[in-house]
Amino acid sequence: MHELAVAQALVEQVDAVIDQHGAAQASLIRVRIGPLAGVVSELLATAFPLAAAGSRMEHAQLEFSHAPIRVRCRTCGAETEAAMNRLLCGACDDWHTQILSGDELLLESVELVTDTPHPSPLTPHPQNV
Amino acid sequence: MCDTCGCNLTPGNKHLAFKPVAKGATAVSVLKGLLAKNDDQAAHNREHFDRRGILAINLMSSPGSGKTALLEATLTALKDEFTCAVIEGDLETENDAERIRAKGVQAHQIVTGTACHLDAHLVHDALHHMTLDGVDLLFIENVGNLVCPASFDLGQHLNVTLLSITEGDDKPAKYPVMFRAADAMLLTKTDLLPVLNDFDCDKAEAHLRNLANPAPVMRLSARKELDMEAWYAWLREQLAAQRARVALGQSRRPAIQSDGQKLHSVTA
Repeated sequence: MHELAVAQALVEQVDAVIDQHGAAQASLIRVRIGPLAGVVSELLATAFPLAAAGSRMEHAQLEFSHAPIRVRCRTCGAETEAAMNRLLCGACDDWHTQILSGDELLLESVELVTDTPHPSPLTPHPQNV
Repeated sequence: MCDTCGCNLTPGNKHLAFKPVAKGATAVSVLKGLLAKNDDQAAHNREHFDRRGILAINLMSSPGSGKTALLEATLTALKDEFTCAVIEGDLETENDAERIRAKGVQAHQIVTGTACHLDAHLVHDALHHMTLDGVDLLFIENVGNLVCPASFDLGQHLNVTLLSITEGDDKPAKYPVMFRAADAMLLTKTDLLPVLNDFDCDKAEAHLRNLANPAPVMRLSARKELDMEAWYAWLREQLAAQRARVALGQSRRPAIQSDGQKLHSVTA
């Protein structure tokens, strides 16, 4: 089960984000995952608490957004949905396709809890509201 | 992409970052590959290889499909032509490294314990136990497993996936992540085709094409040294291509990761 290794990598990355923003802990972690990434979200959800134990995200909620498999045909140019083991063009059935989405394994966003209000480019500073 | 100043925000992904959040909380957009740390290490490994003009090949397959036997035959056949080195990955034992050393070739065994795949850090540690100067071809024999190794970049230039004819011709359909990553697929143990006649090589190739993979398919038997020439010719061709890239200061990642990224939009 390589999901534990992936969960450990996730914890390291979120830890770096917490440091960068001077936050106290993470409350929500959103991961974007496609079927072709080779990582099972359910297993990652099982592995995450083990990897996160004792860290600043051990109480964080882990949320997944699932990326659908979409391909673009190099022959006819159509963009269609495809199945995991049948990445053919939905319009002309050609196999010369490129993946548009479905192989992502991304840390999409993190919600942070700050002990002290911290200026961030992403949210207005309390004094300016 | 920058993680500090917010310049990785685009009109396409802005909504992810500016999602309203509870009081006292801040949402930050990251949009970074989950395995970024592994990928950074892999890029570093690739620099090690490119600096020395080495072509690095990651061999993947299920256990027992003949990765080590393929290497034994290949190292013997190419010993006067190229200097090779091998990194072996297994959960336990030095057995495979010993088989390679018996051919007079430098081999380092990575014992992963319980880990089901190699990662870029394990390979990097192995590189520091090896003499890379003068090496032309580095083979990394991954842990026998059709699932996990496909998700980790090691710094290799090419993925070669083996499918032995004792396994079943629908393996590419069952393990699409693995076979989609292949730059070449080898159908091994073809000497057994007369007795295992339910394996259809054409079907195996068709399943690979269904994954939109144009990789060459070579049918061979390393043990009986049948039809090995196409494989050797492919290796020579790929090494020449690698040397040409190095001369131009370029590199290459396995086919699956090189295109596509720029096509991705982060919006659903």
